[in-house]
Amino acid sequence: MIELKNISKTFKVVKRDAGLKAAVKTFFKREYTEVHALQDVSFTIGDGEMVGYIGPNGAGKSSTIKIMSGVLTPDSGECIINGRTPWRNRTAHVQEIGVVFGQRSQLWWDVPVIDSFELIRDIYRVADADYQKNLRALTELLDIGEIVKTPARQLSLGQRMRCEIAASLLHNPKILFLDEPTIGLDAVSKIAVRDFVKTINRENGTTVILTTHDMQDIEALTERILLIGKGKILLDGSLEELKSRKSTHRTLTVDYSGSALPALERMEIVKDLDGHAQIRLNTDDISVAQAISRISAQVDVKDISVEGESIDDLVVSLYKEFAI
Amino acid sequence: MKQYLSFFKIRFAAGLQYRTAAWAGISTQFFWGIMNILMYRAFYRSGQNAFPMEFGQLTSYIWLQQAFLAMFMVWFYDNEIFGHITSGSIAYELCRPCDLYLMWYIKNMAIRLSRVVLRCVPILLVTVFLPKPYGISLPTSPTAGLMFLMSMILGFLVLIAFNMLVYISAFFTVSPMGIRILVTSVLEFLCGAVIPIPFFPEWLQPVMYALPFGSMQNTPFLIYVGHLSAGEGVQAMGLQLLWLFLLVCAGRMLMHRALKKVVVQGG
Repeated sequence: MIELKNISKTFKVVKRDAGLKAAVKTFFKREYTEVHALQDVSFTIGDGEMVGYIGPNGAGKSSTIKIMSGVLTPDSGECIINGRTPWRNRTAHVQEIGVVFGQRSQLWWDVPVIDSFELIRDIYRVADADYQKNLRALTELLDIGEIVKTPARQLSLGQRMRCEIAASLLHNPKILFLDEPTIGLDAVSKIAVRDFVKTINRENGTTVILTTHDMQDIEALTERILLIGKGKILLDGSLEELKSRKSTHRTLTVDYSGSALPALERMEIVKDLDGHAQIRLNTDDISVAQAISRISAQVDVKDISVEGESIDDLVVSLYKEFAI
Repeated sequence: MKQYLSFFKIRFAAGLQYRTAAWAGISTQFFWGIMNILMYRAFYRSGQNAFPMEFGQLTSYIWLQQAFLAMFMVWFYDNEIFGHITSGSIAYELCRPCDLYLMWYIKNMAIRLSRVVLRCVPILLVTVFLPKPYGISLPTSPTAGLMFLMSMILGFLVLIAFNMLVYISAFFTVSPMGIRILVTSVLEFLCGAVIPIPFFPEWLQPVMYALPFGSMQNTPFLIYVGHLSAGEGVQAMGLQLLWLFLLVCAGRMLMHRALKKVVVQGG
């Protein structure tokens, strides 16, 4: 159970103008601006939930994760995770969580991955039988049996990320924080990571909190979405709710032969070039079936495809709506 | 405790990988030791009595210094730790259920010891067979030998406790380079790495002995060569213990404060 109540965090940032004169001035007198990384953030996440935490860069996602993992101390507010305040009982708290910071590495650079794993086992005091069991399961699921004997420095990013995720789960944490786990990964590795996260959430009941800019991650993984912008929680709801907010727009892509399309009622032709057209419509005005039959009455349709608004568009329009 | 032991082991084993570096280090240290001894020999020829140590004591001091260099060099820091602090990877270290101070302390011990075991044996083995007074002579008595060992451990711990302060300063200064350069150049002198402390002017010596830097390599080496009597040795070791206690307390206090206001840089 994760409970955040009115968490606020402010950073002080030194500001100075460009140029040598300004640099010298800063040396004697500093001007700080306050950056409100988090303002009055509250939410509750139950056991076994999988939550996507989204927002543009600098919105406060990582700060929230760092507060929940006990790295940062907020200025005010309460955070209770499994009955503990992370930054007050850091050692006891971190024993029960796993964290992956996608942009940093927790594996020791110059030793084989398996050595890092064993060190992590000792650091978290994992019993040997449990360790062997977890390791077997993780190596199988993440397909890293071949690479654990290689030093971390010689792994590709995708291989390393799979090892990072394994490393954060060796001690069987109840909560897993994933801070941009798919950043920089290729399609195959992304899918492997997603499948894996789904599996451990389903089978071990691990609570997963995931920050990402990759909307496919969200679509593939999470039921619930928290949207944060400028340090405030703007939206807390299911992916379906989010989608239903904006999903009346459809785009038809049509390949046809014959003369160019005439203007069509209640449809908007976005482009029409050499027998290839894109048409937008709103399902409140006209159904997709009606639209298709009208188009095929006008021209000889060779191919047609229908797209809803992509979740990326959805997020962009949300960002716009909340002006963040 | 097991976790810290494993941590020691992994760093120690990683340090042993660098064999070429060890051979290069050994040859450099031989050469450096010989140069030093030849230079002092020229001074000693001009008048024996002007010096606070016998020539044989001095050569032993120099060879000890070379053999245990990796243990006592004040300018050596683990760049990974500075990297963690300045790049923000420290976030991971803070997500571990262990004491960060102790973890870094142990890491430093492991790195230094892995270097020293590779280097000290060949140097000691060769120099013990060098003709007198150019080689290293045995400690003046078994008691002195035992006290040397104990004092060497204490001196090692004091040095690392001091290093920890420099690491922790990186939390407060953004770039740790300035403090490192300043500290290094002054300390080389104050700890007796450039010239043994007994060679400094009489009025300066009491200050140098009293500072924490006099409690690093100076104390064990002077005990070994018999420059400090048993009584003086015990006193000096008491001082080592005191400094160890004070430096560790200061380090822990600063670390506690630093972690409260820690800002993890870079998103």
